[in-house]
Amino acid sequence: MLRWASHSLLILLAVPILLGTLIAILPAFGYFPTLGGTEFSLDAWRELVQVPGIKRSIQISLLSGVLTPLIALALVFLYLASASGSKLDNWMRRLVSPLLSFPHAAAAFGLAFLIAPSGLLSRLISPGLSGWERPPDLLIINDTWGLTLLFGLIVKEVPFLLLMSLAALPQLQPSKHVELARSLGYRPTIGWLKVIAPNLYPLIRLPVAAVIVFASATVDVALILGPTLPPTLSVRVLAWFNDADLNFRFLAAAGAILQLGTSLLAITIWLCLEKLCAVLWRFWVATGDRGTGERLVFFSGRGAMPIVLLVITGSLVALLVNAFAGPWRYPSVLPSSWTFLHWTNNFQNLLTPLLNTLLISVGSTLSALVLVLATLESERQSGKLRATAMWLLYLPLLVPQIVFLFGFIVLTESMRWQGTMSLVIFGHFLFVLPYVFLSLSEAYRQLDPRWSQVASTLGASPFKSFWRIRIPLLLAPCLTAIAIGMAISISLFLPTQLLGAGRITTITSEAVALSSGASRNLIAVWAVVQLSLPMLGFLAALTVPRLLWRNRTGMREIR
Amino acid sequence: MEAPETHSFSIRFILLGILLQLTSPATAQSIDLSDWQSLERQARGETVYFNAWGGEPRTNNYLAWVSELMLERYDITLQHVKISDTAEAVSKVVAQRQAGNDDNGSIDLLWINGENFAALKENDLLYGPWAESLPNFKLVNADRFPEMLEDFTVPTQGFESPWTRAQLVFYYDSQWLAEPPQDIRQILEWSISNPGEFTYPRPPAFLGSTFLKQALIELSDRDPALYAPVSSAEFERLAQVLWEYLDALHPSLLRSGRYFPASAIDLRRLMGDGEISLAFAFNPNEALLSVRSGELPPSVRSYVLRNGTISNVSFLAIPYNASQKAGAMVTANFLLSIEAQARASDPDHMGSTPAISISDLDSNARRSFETITRDLAAPSAEDLDRKLQEPHPSWTPALERAWIQRYSAR
Amino acid sequence: MSESKLELDKVSIALNGKQLLTVDSSVGPGEVLTIMGPSGSGKSSLLAYIAGFLAPVFEASGGVFVNGDDITTLPAERRRVGLLFQDPLLFPHLSIAGNLRFAIDDRSADKASLIRQGLDEVGLGGFEERDPGTLSGGQESRIALLRLLLSSPNAVLLDEPFSKLDSQLRAEMRTLVFSKLRASGLPSILVTHDQADADSAGGEIITLEQ
Repeated sequence: MLRWASHSLLILLAVPILLGTLIAILPAFGYFPTLGGTEFSLDAWRELVQVPGIKRSIQISLLSGVLTPLIALALVFLYLASASGSKLDNWMRRLVSPLLSFPHAAAAFGLAFLIAPSGLLSRLISPGLSGWERPPDLLIINDTWGLTLLFGLIVKEVPFLLLMSLAALPQLQPSKHVELARSLGYRPTIGWLKVIAPNLYPLIRLPVAAVIVFASATVDVALILGPTLPPTLSVRVLAWFNDADLNFRFLAAAGAILQLGTSLLAITIWLCLEKLCAVLWRFWVATGDRGTGERLVFFSGRGAMPIVLLVITGSLVALLVNAFAGPWRYPSVLPSSWTFLHWTNNFQNLLTPLLNTLLISVGSTLSALVLVLATLESERQSGKLRATAMWLLYLPLLVPQIVFLFGFIVLTESMRWQGTMSLVIFGHFLFVLPYVFLSLSEAYRQLDPRWSQVASTLGASPFKSFWRIRIPLLLAPCLTAIAIGMAISISLFLPTQLLGAGRITTITSEAVALSSGASRNLIAVWAVVQLSLPMLGFLAALTVPRLLWRNRTGMREIR
Repeated sequence: MEAPETHSFSIRFILLGILLQLTSPATAQSIDLSDWQSLERQARGETVYFNAWGGEPRTNNYLAWVSELMLERYDITLQHVKISDTAEAVSKVVAQRQAGNDDNGSIDLLWINGENFAALKENDLLYGPWAESLPNFKLVNADRFPEMLEDFTVPTQGFESPWTRAQLVFYYDSQWLAEPPQDIRQILEWSISNPGEFTYPRPPAFLGSTFLKQALIELSDRDPALYAPVSSAEFERLAQVLWEYLDALHPSLLRSGRYFPASAIDLRRLMGDGEISLAFAFNPNEALLSVRSGELPPSVRSYVLRNGTISNVSFLAIPYNASQKAGAMVTANFLLSIEAQARASDPDHMGSTPAISISDLDSNARRSFETITRDLAAPSAEDLDRKLQEPHPSWTPALERAWIQRYSAR
Repeated sequence: MSESKLELDKVSIALNGKQLLTVDSSVGPGEVLTIMGPSGSGKSSLLAYIAGFLAPVFEASGGVFVNGDDITTLPAERRRVGLLFQDPLLFPHLSIAGNLRFAIDDRSADKASLIRQGLDEVGLGGFEERDPGTLSGGQESRIALLRLLLSSPNAVLLDEPFSKLDSQLRAEMRTLVFSKLRASGLPSILVTHDQADADSAGGEIITLEQ
């Protein structure tokens, strides 16, 4: 029965996504029976080419797609090179997972409230430093080339790439190799970059690919921070899809395929950059230079992470202030009074989305957990490791959401299955699955195999051994995986929007819908709710094991 | 008080009712417009889905109050379905017709006007006529206010019932702006010499489109072509004037016209933060309400452009396939009542302009409407008398599409 | 008190084509077969093969018989072969009683008295609700032994169980373990690199070369 589990994991991941992507292609070429399109036609493409500003939309998507991972990766590597083993490192390791769980919509809103002309930063330096009595007329948020979007994406992706790197590092034995390099005269940061970095990069190529796709095809962050005249390609596709005039679906399909192409192009450009970097790196290593640039690397590495942390913290503060702010004139740093009004006024509106969010995140995460545990257990019992499944696991992260969700919806609508909770939960499940697997697999595989061996020598069936020994021993990692899964589900926007046909509202879908045309205070309230939910999950993941095992000293450090 | 009026209409409506029964396909409910009492009884226990724009929290809170009362007094469960654009509801009805859903529609009552009303009416997607058989309809005094029977020049013919009035009103912050521009051309001159002080919401946001229409009406000196269905020739001719104006205006706008706020609330926030000193809204009491809530500083003042500004009425309509028509009508009638209209106009609640004629009420009833004290932040009554009529509804989507085409990509 | 016999019929274990060991032997009730050899000689893999969880990377062949029953193809949990590891491996999330209860057959009637009796016999009476993490090394080893015995095995494997204990405890544990095994009539295989362990076991000794 367990073998079914691991097979179904692959099928459940691959089939909807590949099918969805294929089906999205059909309307792009005119085939959409329910709308009367039965013949192959290039009309949608002709229309697409003539959309005003389409070239710019593509350019912006490409720019974010390539620059986000480039800069984020550079920051992560610089940090790892200069801070491994330091006190800063200890802090970062503990903060990475909670940082990751900060949903991107909330983070984007917070960033907007921080750096806008009338935002917290501007108020901090006015009128004292800047001399501004009124906010400066600067196009920061929604700037035309998407630089703020880029900034927001980088800040969000740095913790992700850091986590992936930290997970991959141990097998490289970095401290040993850096020691070796130092004994050969290399400064530690340069040594790390020359010795560890080239070996670390291949291990995190898949996460980097996920970042490229996300950055080039994101909808929610682009809606909040990205340009509006014209918007990014993905935002336009969503608008065409949601248009009251259903004939726009053809254009939306063509746009989705174009988005797929753009993301693929971004990946291709990245691959070329990879080759270029490899060549440059080889030259650099071959020079045998031991220490030039060490100071630069050290300071930028040590400085980068705290700056990222500062930005994220600042965003959080900006959200909290706005959520409880009474009247607040510029340039006062703080509101003239504080109030709970925004919360009490909107309490009713929050209830349904909150309940939906909880239902969907619990449903999708628990299903994912069950499947992941079954897969990991069957893998353990058969004794074979599935290394090939890795890229399959990343599939939901490697295909732009808007592409395969589009096709998926076309399929389900034709089966008259639309706008139901089960569909939304399934959609969330697809995205939660990779994260739950990634966060649990290490701990699961690393658990001392002798525990299960002891159990079986004591006559326990695999079933009994799994439930009475493995699961309790892995409670903390399981709870963390659940917290991460729920955090991912809570932050999803597009799957809820599209699969729920606008009928199922979650905290995130409502918050993003509010971004155009609601008061800052209201948005802040929603964003604060949105980000507290994952935090509660992590709190539970931390405290439940501590409570449960308070009389068990052996449970503090499980090998 | 109601009995004499209804009797005089009753014969007419009995005949109409019979006619309707004979000509329309059998519907789940049989509505007898002549017998209001039985209609109210029929409506008891119904759940009415009222699709109304949900972007303004004050409106939402007001409708929550209405729901409570509907349940208490009429045993009707009123559900406010918040939509972000009335066009969504239009396409939902269209889609339901396409799917053959003729008597179990998901929308019972719809807050609507303009091109959305025209779209539904032209395609026979509305139930009606019914509006004039509402007992409270007479409060509107349609004889004195013929605009109550017209929606952007299209006659309503009883297919929708009035709910609120609206008028485009400009407001400015007197601490940064001493003498506000008085017409559309002055706005351009002033903006050019004071860059970054003004902007308008991005079409197709409702308020943005209204700004385009206002500009076009003034710039073309109320060209009669605007009040007839749009044709591409007329559009080319008139839009030219508008584009020249906007091309000159945009570089001096906030953010040099590279970014437009998304809605009226965004515009209001920009003024609250001091980023702009001139803005506008479709609710004459907008500035007043915002000053009271602290969103805008007390230095804000409202006024109407000297050549008049666009004013309209918004209505409530019932889709042809609504499953709870009786409940919808009882709701519409309640919203037109003195009590509901008084509370709506109260700045502590919605602060909107009532659709019923206040001057025709007796002194007692009139008192419940005088809660707005003469306030500097609100426009004067004389100001509000300068009204301009809305152009033909077909102009709105044409303007929106053309603006997007022209200005979406610098 | 069982009277079982453990037979290894031409058991051979190889890794990457290189043969590690071949054993052809039998152990009578209460007897101890000692296997000695340096690290890497495959001693532990022999025990893993007998117990039923040899890693697939090894190539192994040969029959294992307990009381004449061929257990070579049975899943590990049905073989009724107990294994004492180097570390006591007491389940840290269960109490002492919980650990012991885990080993007792679910169908047994009075588990509580079995546990009480067993604890008294190893000199740890009243330890039912204790946290395994608070026990000393010697106490843990005694509980591990007790747990193994409570699972009613037909044969016992010992994988250097005394190597992590200090010399005094070592001697105590050796005496305790072997006397219990003898008393229960269980055939055992001991793997060790310590000559003193082999002497104390007092049975046949097979030495593996590298």
